[in-house]
Amino acid sequence: MSHAEDNEGSRRDFLYYATAGAGAVTAGAAVWPLVNQMNPSADVRAASTMRVDVAGLEPGSQLRVLFLGKPVFIRRRTEEEIAEARAVELSDLPDGDSRNANAEGTDASDENRTIDEAGEWLVMTGVCTHLGCIPLDNAGNFGGWFCPCHGSHYDISGRIRQGPAPENLPVPQAEFVDDTTILLG
Amino acid sequence: MAGIPHDHYEPKAAWEKSLSKRLPIVGLMYDTLMIPTPKNLNWMWIWGIVLTFVLVLQIVTGIVLVMHYTPHVDYAFSSVEHIMRNVNGGHMLRYIHMNGASLFFVAVYAHILRGLYYGSYKAPREITWIIGMLIYLLMMGTAFMGYVLPWGQMSFWGATVITGLFGAIPFVGDALQAWLLGGPAVDNATLNRFFSLHYLLPFVILGLVVVHIWAFHTTGNNNPTGVEVRRTSKEEAEKDTLPFWPYFVIKDLFALAVILAVFFAVVGFMPNYLGHPDNYIEADPLVTPSHIVPEWYFLPFYAILRAFDDTVWVVQIASFVTGGIIDAKFFGVLAMFGSIAVMALAPWLDTSSIRSARYRPMLKWWFWLFVVNFFVLMWVGAMPAEGIYPIIALIGSAYWFAYFLIILPLLGVIEKPLAQPDTIEDDFVAHYPKSSKDAAGGQAQATPAE
Amino acid sequence: MFRTLTLSAVAALGLATAGHAAGAYDTHIEDFDFSFEGPFGAYDQNQLQRGLQVYTEICSACHGLKFVPIRSLSEEGGPSMPEDQVRAYAEQFEVYDAADDDFRAARPSDYFPESGLETAPDLSLMAKARAGFHGPYGLGINQFFKGIGGPEYIASLLTGYTGEEKEEAGVTLYENKAFPGGWLSMAPPLYGEDVEYADGHENDLHHLSEDVAAFLMWTAEPKMMARKQAGFVGVVFLTLLSVLLYLTNKRLWAPVKGKETL
Repeated sequence: MSHAEDNEGSRRDFLYYATAGAGAVTAGAAVWPLVNQMNPSADVRAASTMRVDVAGLEPGSQLRVLFLGKPVFIRRRTEEEIAEARAVELSDLPDGDSRNANAEGTDASDENRTIDEAGEWLVMTGVCTHLGCIPLDNAGNFGGWFCPCHGSHYDISGRIRQGPAPENLPVPQAEFVDDTTILLG
Repeated sequence: MAGIPHDHYEPKAAWEKSLSKRLPIVGLMYDTLMIPTPKNLNWMWIWGIVLTFVLVLQIVTGIVLVMHYTPHVDYAFSSVEHIMRNVNGGHMLRYIHMNGASLFFVAVYAHILRGLYYGSYKAPREITWIIGMLIYLLMMGTAFMGYVLPWGQMSFWGATVITGLFGAIPFVGDALQAWLLGGPAVDNATLNRFFSLHYLLPFVILGLVVVHIWAFHTTGNNNPTGVEVRRTSKEEAEKDTLPFWPYFVIKDLFALAVILAVFFAVVGFMPNYLGHPDNYIEADPLVTPSHIVPEWYFLPFYAILRAFDDTVWVVQIASFVTGGIIDAKFFGVLAMFGSIAVMALAPWLDTSSIRSARYRPMLKWWFWLFVVNFFVLMWVGAMPAEGIYPIIALIGSAYWFAYFLIILPLLGVIEKPLAQPDTIEDDFVAHYPKSSKDAAGGQAQATPAE
Repeated sequence: MFRTLTLSAVAALGLATAGHAAGAYDTHIEDFDFSFEGPFGAYDQNQLQRGLQVYTEICSACHGLKFVPIRSLSEEGGPSMPEDQVRAYAEQFEVYDAADDDFRAARPSDYFPESGLETAPDLSLMAKARAGFHGPYGLGINQFFKGIGGPEYIASLLTGYTGEEKEEAGVTLYENKAFPGGWLSMAPPLYGEDVEYADGHENDLHHLSEDVAAFLMWTAEPKMMARKQAGFVGVVFLTLLSVLLYLTNKRLWAPVKGKETL
């Protein structure tokens, strides 16, 4: 086999491989949009966050907003409430997990439930973990929330203390984006 | 598979033999892909692949669009806007699907005209032709119903006018129209059934495409000479043909890539050029748009539909003879469906013993006039039915019918055909003098080496 | 009943096409030179923001944009407003929240309101629902070279009032050079200097009309930039693939055709 033929052969192979490669890349590029269209669309993504203005919220009061179809409680706690919540022994809690989406896997001490260090701001999804009723605030045996459906008592940190509910009220994704605005989701 | 003698798949390894005995799928794929194909096919033989591709493209983009579309009169329009604005890449998927319909019809018209020019409809390929015509009818139905789904003004009024055609049928018209619409007018019931059928019919088309391919793989492809592949022996057949893979697959893919590049330019830079602005207005049963026109691919038939009003003597005679049962409106409907019916009958209307118009000096002229007439009808279909336009439409429609009912039968008798080449190989060598007869045939099955 | 409907539809079709032919071609549509024209044309972000201002201060009194999400004001390829501005902008609208069963200030994730006036059409898609250019003779050549002309139609309509008025059946009609038929019931919405632009851009009638028309093109086709980019990438890719397939095909067939291999 002469050199010339050899060259020609490899050049031909290169052309065939290049064509097959370009074809494969083009076909592959066509598949991605078909996959991506099933990801959450822009309207769904936009609705998955919500900004809440908490400027007017006094200590000891609570705001209730509807987020992703569920009520969210935003409570600005007083000094006494914080002290009361922090004084509870972990061993007294039926559910030892913080149930905090911002601090997963932590224990249920009050420090792990609030979105600020000082413990002033408690944000929770207001759906009883028993069967989905909405607990009443400033009620129950532990000065927190009380679910009227089947008598679950939550303390001022939103932790289950008594009654059929299995878990603490969950804390959703939430953070302060400026001094007076909480971003949910 | 009957037809041209060629090599068949031979299972070699034990597992191949075992599979072949139970499900001869590899053999089927081999025979389909390696089918001997006349080596003189020109660039008009690419449209079949283009059509197959577009069918798949439309099915795939369609399935994806359905994931976001809502077939309800209150939500259809806004769900399309949802696709255009919110769904990831939804605007491209929608524009591709929308313009894909146009590409589909460009390709199908080229494919049909190819068949008419080269006499591909003639024996023994009548069944291929008839199935092709069925596919074409289903395509038109599918495209029409798809156009209703965005629920714009043109969707609504186009559906009203076209389903109104069925109301023109004597005696049963009103009942038939109500049955089609699911009520006295185009409404939610209509939208829902059109959505259902628009989803279903492409799969019926897909099935018919398989039969279409099966049919012409049995008879073998026609080719530009219209001369059949020699099939007395494998050696002779191989001098006339090359295997489909890789020769024609690569050729067709090249053509497809060029066509898709143009298609993407349209989708990317002028996606609404072929559409109608009124379809961006939500359907309103109380307001008729100022100008109802079907999509461009229906225009020739729309022109034929409108051409026959009650001033035309044929219509007057028909009305007189039938005691008024066939009025102008019904005549128009008959003419429109008749124009496709006569085309479907071409295999039996054409009396010539020669297939290809290449060797039919008279047909050639009449054929190109037919092509020009097709575009004239398309243009006239978009123009208002007043002034000179109805007359042009009438002449054009008359020529359409004359081509199939008079010219094709008559030419076979009076035309003196030119000499055809004896074999496809002769034709090929005439085009490529350097391809010596022996070399070309002998290399066909070998690897295309040096 | 359906016979009447069908007949009226067919009749309307005939009449309408006649009316269209009579009215469409003697209207005057100016061919504005928009930044987003051509295969590589892009929206002018500042112009879109000015157009939004015109819409907000003038048009929105009657016309809605119900298909346009407010959040898209901050999307790339559009007016690209900062998110905090969009949040502040949204708050001027009141929306009904079915979940709360109450009205509240709009958020970016809400849509622009519907038309406040029943007879005022929604403007979301207006720039795609109107054609400025036709023909000649229904051949589509003008649309091919100049574009379909939706935004040109809008801008021409806004600048096309002649000042003539007449009353018909208790409705005041205003003469307009761009409107098919010549008379429409919308009073001239802009006179020039109706809006004061923060950036000091010229605010005569011509500029205001052009800016709001550009904005309405964006509301109708918010993904135009993404679309042109995807189209361009697609064309480049397929052209490359075409060249490779052409060479492959040529080489493949060369021995069959008795030609020299490349």
